[in-house]
Amino acid sequence: MKLNEKEVEILEILQKDARFEAADIAKMIGLAEAEVAETIRRLEEEKVIVHYATLVDWAKMDNFTGVTAMIDVKVTPKRGVGFDEVAERIYRFKEVSSVYLMSGVYDLSVTVEGKSMNEIARFVSEKLSTLESVVSTTTHFQLKKYKHDGMIYTSKQQDNRIVVSP
Amino acid sequence: MTVTKSYIAKSVENMRPSGIRKFFDLAATMEGVVSLGVGEPDFVTSWSVREAAISSLERGFTSYTANAGLIELRREIAHYMATRFQVHYSPQDEIIVTVGASQAIDIAMRAITDLGDEIIVVEPCFVSYAPLVELAGGKAVTIGTTGDSGFKLQPEQLEAAITSKTKAVLLCYPNNPTGTQLDKEDLELIADIVKKHDLLVIADEIYAELAYDQDHTSIASLDGMRERTILINGFSKGFAMTGWRLGFTCAPVEISGAMLKIHQYAMMCASTPAQYGAIEALQHGMTDVESMKKDYRQRRNYVVQSFNELGLDCHLPGGAFYVFPSIQSTGLTSEQFAEQLLLEEKVAVVPGSVFGKGGEGYIRCSYASSMAQLQEAVKRIGRFIEKKQTN
Repeated sequence: MKLNEKEVEILEILQKDARFEAADIAKMIGLAEAEVAETIRRLEEEKVIVHYATLVDWAKMDNFTGVTAMIDVKVTPKRGVGFDEVAERIYRFKEVSSVYLMSGVYDLSVTVEGKSMNEIARFVSEKLSTLESVVSTTTHFQLKKYKHDGMIYTSKQQDNRIVVSP
Repeated sequence: MTVTKSYIAKSVENMRPSGIRKFFDLAATMEGVVSLGVGEPDFVTSWSVREAAISSLERGFTSYTANAGLIELRREIAHYMATRFQVHYSPQDEIIVTVGASQAIDIAMRAITDLGDEIIVVEPCFVSYAPLVELAGGKAVTIGTTGDSGFKLQPEQLEAAITSKTKAVLLCYPNNPTGTQLDKEDLELIADIVKKHDLLVIADEIYAELAYDQDHTSIASLDGMRERTILINGFSKGFAMTGWRLGFTCAPVEISGAMLKIHQYAMMCASTPAQYGAIEALQHGMTDVESMKKDYRQRRNYVVQSFNELGLDCHLPGGAFYVFPSIQSTGLTSEQFAEQLLLEEKVAVVPGSVFGKGGEGYIRCSYASSMAQLQEAVKRIGRFIEKKQTN
């Protein structure tokens, strides 16, 4: 699909902050509000805009025990369907939050979220590694989230500028 | 023994303090102020630039540099000015790295001004121009541009201000505080007059990188202008490096030599770590500049349209990060408007009158703030105007 300059600009604005309203975006890029609203609707329909969500820093919550693991998965691709079939089998699990096909020494990078390490361990040993085409898995647990989707979670940056300057 | 006389030089005693100061003092005591009064980017300098400066310190590069600045930096500046603005200067003897564009203006003034020389200053403008002319022993002859012409200097205004004592014209485009940009055709008309009267131009092009609708044309790139232009630029605005205090001059060898004399006695050289940061900025920082520029452009569009909808007439400025809307529909002076807006709605703006002739009836609003801040400011200003109109 070919996107024009204004469509790209709308996407860039929404990617930074999904809460911008069509009226404000219209002013920012010099289009009519109705045109922006219609463009967004169309981009949603065509799944260029896949979803709107919120970045949450769960570590701020007392007694939060959730864990995230990134698993390097080596698989045997199948004739005719390549990696897609096994990727689909993996991403259908609700515990799986992302699946990427990678270049390099392994094939799929799978992110799994669970309530505890045990839960993830069980997922890997019972669900993931038992899949027919999975050759091996290497599991890495995340210890701390510093930056995610371009946002620094523990940013100490403030506006240090003096209030009025020439 | 008691002191019985003032030791302060008359020229300094007679100098009026910057009008911005008053608002700063007032705003600084208040909580919850949304400030559109800031003349610097809200972006922090790119990490790669900060990292380069840190690394230079780690490697122990803490001594003076050549008076004119690190030769590596001057080479990068020469390359940048040539590729970006099609002006060509020798890094050896035509470029001086200064402590901000402010010091560049100071050495330019002092290098060219004899006692009583007239320097034409086009207002509304940055607050330091006329005082720096006077400190150098010159006389600032001011021209006031007007909102009707979008604050563009009109050739006939310039022609009318020239006398036998006129030495130079000081231009700043894109302009602080109006955001006005002169395109090539506008500049050519100015250049013709300058050449006709054999004058010099001091071109403060510190906002050159922040031109939104078309690439900036430097007046020095026009036919016959290089030899009569002192070009001033720097890293503060485009590269978001205000606190680093790093600017530069580009001028023909004879003028550069004169400025360098002053610079070597008064300043020695610009800060060394800042110079290393600037090398990185020129070598690898342009992507960050482009991304900041894109944000500024969106904010400019948002603010201009929002102000016009509120009934504050506002031309679309071609550059810098200021809009300069008219507040005349409120019946207030620009100082009253700014003061009441600050006290009643906690929005800081700068009254146009502090920028000299032509500024009364306007306010300067900087859009170097996050969209969230700008949205809040527009909301508060809208409330303020509604209140003033029903009163």
